[in-house]
Amino acid sequence: MSSGEDRFVHRSAGATARLRRRYAAERRFRAYGLVAVGTALAILGLLLGAVLVRGTGAFFHRVVELDVALDPQRLGVEDARDPEALARADYARPVKDALRSLFPDVRSRSERRALQRLVSSGAGFIVRERVLEDPSLVGRTLRVAVPLDDKAQLYFSGQTGWQQDASSRSLSDAQLRWLDELARRGLVRREANWRFFTVGDSREPELAGLGGAIVGTLYTLIVTLLLCFPVGVAAALYLEEFAPRNRLTDFIEVNINNLAAVPSIVFGLLGLAVFLNFLGLPRSAPLVGGIVLSLMTLPTVIIAGRSAIASVPPSIREAALGVGASPLQVVAHHVLPLAMPGILTGTIIGMARALGETAPLLMIGMVAFIVDVPDGFLSPATVLPVQIYLWADAPERAAQLNAYGAILVLLVFLVAMNLSAVLLRNRFERRW
Amino acid sequence: MSHPAVTDDARSEPEAPMLTPPRVESARQDSGAAPADARDAKVSARDLCVFYGDKQALFDVDIDILENQVTALIGPSGCGKSTFLRCVNRMNDVIEGCRTTGSVTLDGTDVRDESIDVVQLRARVGMVFQKPNPFPKSIYDNVAYGPRIHGLASTRDEFDAVVQESLERAGLLAEVKDRLQEPGTSLSGGQQQRLCIARAIAVSPEVILMDEPCSALDPIATARIEELIDELRQSYTIVIVTHSMQQAARVSQRTAFFHLGVLVEVDETARIFTNPTDARTQDYITGRFG
Repeated sequence: MSSGEDRFVHRSAGATARLRRRYAAERRFRAYGLVAVGTALAILGLLLGAVLVRGTGAFFHRVVELDVALDPQRLGVEDARDPEALARADYARPVKDALRSLFPDVRSRSERRALQRLVSSGAGFIVRERVLEDPSLVGRTLRVAVPLDDKAQLYFSGQTGWQQDASSRSLSDAQLRWLDELARRGLVRREANWRFFTVGDSREPELAGLGGAIVGTLYTLIVTLLLCFPVGVAAALYLEEFAPRNRLTDFIEVNINNLAAVPSIVFGLLGLAVFLNFLGLPRSAPLVGGIVLSLMTLPTVIIAGRSAIASVPPSIREAALGVGASPLQVVAHHVLPLAMPGILTGTIIGMARALGETAPLLMIGMVAFIVDVPDGFLSPATVLPVQIYLWADAPERAAQLNAYGAILVLLVFLVAMNLSAVLLRNRFERRW
Repeated sequence: MSHPAVTDDARSEPEAPMLTPPRVESARQDSGAAPADARDAKVSARDLCVFYGDKQALFDVDIDILENQVTALIGPSGCGKSTFLRCVNRMNDVIEGCRTTGSVTLDGTDVRDESIDVVQLRARVGMVFQKPNPFPKSIYDNVAYGPRIHGLASTRDEFDAVVQESLERAGLLAEVKDRLQEPGTSLSGGQQQRLCIARAIAVSPEVILMDEPCSALDPIATARIEELIDELRQSYTIVIVTHSMQQAARVSQRTAFFHLGVLVEVDETARIFTNPTDARTQDYITGRFG
């Protein structure tokens, strides 16, 4: 009997208990994993949710409808057909007139000034654009929607208001009453803020836009791509396919890996010292920003490229060599096409990192306040993450809303780039 | 396209003989080499030693490989068969730390002679590998690749002709003629290996080296390749590494037995398998080791 039990060692009570413990351990491990993934997802959801809730505020703003009487005299224009005179005219005055006409009982000078402050100081420019488009408007009354001032925007989006003590908010009781009155008359509308994507930065948060930062980012990334892709691929190919195995190659390899771990601000200091101070390249230029970012991205591209090249099966190289292909032909006809999906993925991921980089660009002056949308690789520019940094740091609370909006735009860019990396990989991946 | 066998004329032309040891009887030594007529030798090795780093893989190999014959290289794993094979088309060059002494000659010229370009050498000495390794391109492009890089064809018609003929000779045309644009990797293992043979013969080589071409194939595909090797013998000099002694016996005219990096014996296949000179050969073919 006992010999029988010995024979069936896997059927004994001890074995059953061991089996149970094994399954319990497996279930426990799976639970740990689920908790970890759940935590990560929750944190990500919190981040995205917070950004999304506040960021969308930047894409919509409140405008007030005004009937602006374009009296040539008030504009200070003698000849309404003279485009130069029209361009120089004072459009802020008729806007003020229009607002005052809505509140005829506002008399005192300080009260009038407080009333004017409810409408964005850029309202005059909006009227000016309309008139320059269509000079025949002069002499007529134009119904135009102009953005409210950033503080009034905050009132309508519920971030300040009557619930706050008058001393702790920037709008006076009178200003709040006027805003309520405007809303009651149905003159205040919520509108998509397309200007946010087209114009440059501004001192006035309600007039500020991301256009400059988006264009600056594009210029900078073009320079980065043009530099780091060819150089990175050539370096990866040389190191992987042609370099002799010796101490020098090992030394270079180790240093490329080290370079990938160097904090990005160090690259910024390098750019400052070499490109600005020594070579005398212009400050704040996308060209310099792109060079600095490509230095930072290069190790990533080289490392990704090398692993993609190394994963091409040696049998393909042997086959090509066997029919008499030269080393360069082996690389150009076989290795590179097979490694390309991996190289592209690595490059795009490196570019996505460069897209989100702030620190090195601060060093080379891309943190300057730049109102114009850059029109070339040498004109002063800023980039999305730096713009976010600037706005988040701005004293106006409305600027922080803009920063959330900019974060959303940056995230969309990042997701688009990562998605294209995945698509490229799937599209070009070949199996053997 | 023609597959010119090298004529006597071509071989009798003056060559750079400096590095070539005199091909006389004295060149054959105690390796038990059969009295191969050295004048017919397409490929000859003399005192060939190969080192991988500090490890020596081949010891003073002397062998003559005759034209339009199939020479089989047999021996236990790690005995240097493949190493020898890869010396002939200098595929060992790409292995880090590989060093060769002695000489391997092709038509009397050392393959490492300055007058021989390695790219050209590999066009003259084709190779078929152990594992079928078609390029991840279409069947057509697999075969057309060699002629394309060597400039053997230029017009679309010429390429079509080369591809057709090579596939025909490799016995694959009937099976793939309707799907030449499909990837070569979509074929079965045996078909892939025949595609690799077609790819090798498309550049009109003089010698074809086969490194265990059937080891990854089933018996039917193997039989098909063996038939093919026998047909190809008419036009090419073939060296085949094999682990199957039956295969060596079936396809080869001459057989060389390697053991621990030493060429033990090379002779007519029939003699090796019936009346080997060396006791080690005897032990190996009767299955006492290896």
